[in-house]
Amino acid sequence: MRKIDTNDMLLQVTTKITAFIILLFSFHLFLAGHNNPGGGFIGGLMSASAVVLLLLAYDLKTVRHILPFDFIYVTGAGLLVAILTGMGSFLFGAPFLSHAFGYFQLPFLGKTELATAVLFDIGVYLVVVGVTMTIIQMIGEKE
Amino acid sequence: MQLIHFAILSPFLLAFVVPFLFKYVRRIHTGWFVLILPILLFTYFIQMLHITSNGRTLFSQAEWIPSLGMNFTVYVDGLSLLFALLITGIGVLVVLYSIFYLSKEKEQLGSFYTYLLMFMTAMLGVVLSDNMVVLYLFWELTSISSFLLIGYWYKRERSRYGATKSLLITVFGGLAMLGGFILIYLITDSFSIREAVNQLQLIMASPYFIPAMILILLGAFTKSAQFPFYIWLPDAMEAPTPVSSYLHSATMVKAGIYLVARFSPIFAISEVWFWTISIVGLITLFWGSFHAVRQNDLKAILAYSTVSQLGMIMLMLGVGAAAIHENNPAFFGAAVLAAIFHLINHATFKGSLFMAAGIIDHETGTRDIRKLGGLMTIMPITFTITLIGTFSMAGLPPFNGFLTKELFFTSMIRISDISFTDVSTWGAIFPAVAWLASVFTFIYSMMLVFKTFRGRLNVDQLEKKPHEAPIGMLIPPIILAALVVTFFFFPNILAYSVIEPAIAAIIPEAIETGSRFAVKIEAWHGFQPELYMTIGVVALGTIGYLTLSKWRPMYNIFKEKWSFNALYDRSLTGLEKGSYRLTNSYMTGFLRDYLVYVFGFMIIVIGGLMFYQQAFSFKTEQAAPIGTYEAILSLVMVAATVTTVFARSRLTAIIALGVMGYTLSLFFVIFRAPDLALTQLIIETISVALFLLCFYHLPKLSLKQKTRRFKLTNLIISIGVGVVVTCLAFASTSQQSLDTISTYFIENSYKLAGGDNIVNVILVDFRGFDTLFEITVLAIAALGIYGLLKAQGKRKRGVRR
Repeated sequence: MRKIDTNDMLLQVTTKITAFIILLFSFHLFLAGHNNPGGGFIGGLMSASAVVLLLLAYDLKTVRHILPFDFIYVTGAGLLVAILTGMGSFLFGAPFLSHAFGYFQLPFLGKTELATAVLFDIGVYLVVVGVTMTIIQMIGEKE
Repeated sequence: MQLIHFAILSPFLLAFVVPFLFKYVRRIHTGWFVLILPILLFTYFIQMLHITSNGRTLFSQAEWIPSLGMNFTVYVDGLSLLFALLITGIGVLVVLYSIFYLSKEKEQLGSFYTYLLMFMTAMLGVVLSDNMVVLYLFWELTSISSFLLIGYWYKRERSRYGATKSLLITVFGGLAMLGGFILIYLITDSFSIREAVNQLQLIMASPYFIPAMILILLGAFTKSAQFPFYIWLPDAMEAPTPVSSYLHSATMVKAGIYLVARFSPIFAISEVWFWTISIVGLITLFWGSFHAVRQNDLKAILAYSTVSQLGMIMLMLGVGAAAIHENNPAFFGAAVLAAIFHLINHATFKGSLFMAAGIIDHETGTRDIRKLGGLMTIMPITFTITLIGTFSMAGLPPFNGFLTKELFFTSMIRISDISFTDVSTWGAIFPAVAWLASVFTFIYSMMLVFKTFRGRLNVDQLEKKPHEAPIGMLIPPIILAALVVTFFFFPNILAYSVIEPAIAAIIPEAIETGSRFAVKIEAWHGFQPELYMTIGVVALGTIGYLTLSKWRPMYNIFKEKWSFNALYDRSLTGLEKGSYRLTNSYMTGFLRDYLVYVFGFMIIVIGGLMFYQQAFSFKTEQAAPIGTYEAILSLVMVAATVTTVFARSRLTAIIALGVMGYTLSLFFVIFRAPDLALTQLIIETISVALFLLCFYHLPKLSLKQKTRRFKLTNLIISIGVGVVVTCLAFASTSQQSLDTISTYFIENSYKLAGGDNIVNVILVDFRGFDTLFEITVLAIAALGIYGLLKAQGKRKRGVRR
């Protein structure tokens, strides 16, 4: 990735606002996935694009400083979550990847549907974010 | 597993111990340890004579793979026992001979005796097995151990050549034979040979009868060095002489004879069998003896002589097959009698001759008859042995070769009496050719003995100073030569103990149960045509031998490049070159060509199948109406596609591709697939960005932007693939016959999985397993890119250092 002039005020300020909006939208897509268009995959791609925007506005070092973790591990963590979710069904004597859901009365949120499928989707989300960011960072660093 | 199974396997088991004996007991020649086993086996088989000579047989089965009908079944009748006695008996003498022939200091005796014992088991297994698969197993083991023994001095180029040649030819025949066995299995549903004999009617009625016969005969002919497969035998003479003596005169080359004899009760009913074996035998007999005269090497003469004699035995087995057709079985049974008796005789005199040749080689350093001569007074014992062996081979009294030669001539003369097939028209050729072959046999036999032992001694031409061999080396050939003489004077000691049971095994139909063949071998039976023929052989042979130097140059007419050896060599190099060229012609190394093959194959297979099945179908009843949006988007997409293909610059192509991707996501929108549309949009953006990245990094050298060159093949292939896939899509959509399962997902998405977004529910719940592995694929791709880029960085740094 080419070095971008760090004094690009306009871009950086806009980014600061937009990035959060994109992130929020990506969380929305992710959480809405069960009932509306969206889900782990699109959510993950959207979140990654927010980070890409940060990368464009600031340089690689700064983004490393803000998000101080290796995205390869995010990928691994995502896979682990997905597999563990699948294996969780063994505890109830059910076949691999059997999902369950139920309605619970939660504080603040009221009656909410909780499904184990969401856990699996978290795995997907993490993998997508990790993979996209790894690829982009690697190619960016390459230069 | 009974005693007899262990008897067959015992040499193989001993072979495991031999290397240790060789390594740790260096003082004693390893051969002495090995010698004990064949002696034990020989006495064991001798004891069985009383079973077979009374017309009984021994049957014993050990289970191996019973579910497939493959069992280690041992069946001992007269024929098997005869061979078993030959194998173990000659085995004793060969091992004894090898003890004095091979030096314990210079040679790798461990491997020699391991191979030899392996061979002994293999040979015993071949002749004693009733199960065809087990027979085949041992058959190939003889090929392999023979290969190892021929290549024993593996540092010599000729040894390796001979070993490879014999392996290629015998394994070719072995595989053909396996095919024949499988055909018999398909007919009778059993691998047992005895079962096949019992089901003779079934086999004869089967269309597989002739193919099975030809395949099995191929196996027999290659192993027994019949015309034109004999070429491996002369090259196998590179083996140590004990091996030549054992494998290539007495035992292995007779495995084919055994096979023909063993399958005679099944196939002899056919005329094809009679003609094939007789003609091949006759050609081999003549060809071998004719070419033996040409050779200068002692072992080469003996090799061609072996070929010739094996052809003679084969021919007599062929004539013997007529016995079951004729009214007078004993009449033609005599041919089988001659075959069996000559089998024994040949083993005795050829074994002794090979050993004598080995002694001459060992004591003078050469086997070339042009260098040898005048050894009679120096090596009197070897001379006597050779004299007995060669005179017996030439068919002279008072040696056993005379008896079989007379019997052979008898069967040749009688061949015109065969009535079941039209032999009478051609009948005269058989005795004539056979007689001429005998003349040549006489000539080379005389060459063998007189060129070596008479004449002038050229000590300075020899590598060593010649002297008589040690007594241990002489004992085995002396025993064999003694047998040669004994069998002449007392031929009937073998008649009812060994020969008659063997004949009964070969042509059982020809005699009634309970009765026996009348086996009476006489040295003198009056002034018969056979006797005049023998006198003629001696007369013409003597003239031929004396005028040898006059007419031997005529062999130069037969150029080496027209021989079967040259044909073999040429076809082998031709095969190698041809396959090299073939592979080179299509494995070009260009990915484009491979893609042409892949797509071309796809067009041919799918298009051809559709054509063949008349599957073209263009029904539009189920099709939805085409809206305005779809039409516009399609046009955009077509335009983008055309732009991509005909774009001058790469950048245009990349952007046109992006247009296609975005249009596709618009298609997803109007076909109501929001999740797909979203994903497609983002993924397209990322991939276009990656394309641009690649574009940016193209090397500066080839920046000159070229349009794509036009290639007709590419055009044809791409249009073909497009047409085929389109037709396939039309055909499959217009022939939908089953309901979709999507109704289930629509109904149960909320009920079972608690979600309204059916796509997502399918992805994470109904078919979450797929998703799990798709994210794994993504992770692997990321790791791959990570690894590739890291490795590249490292390499670059390494170069800089």
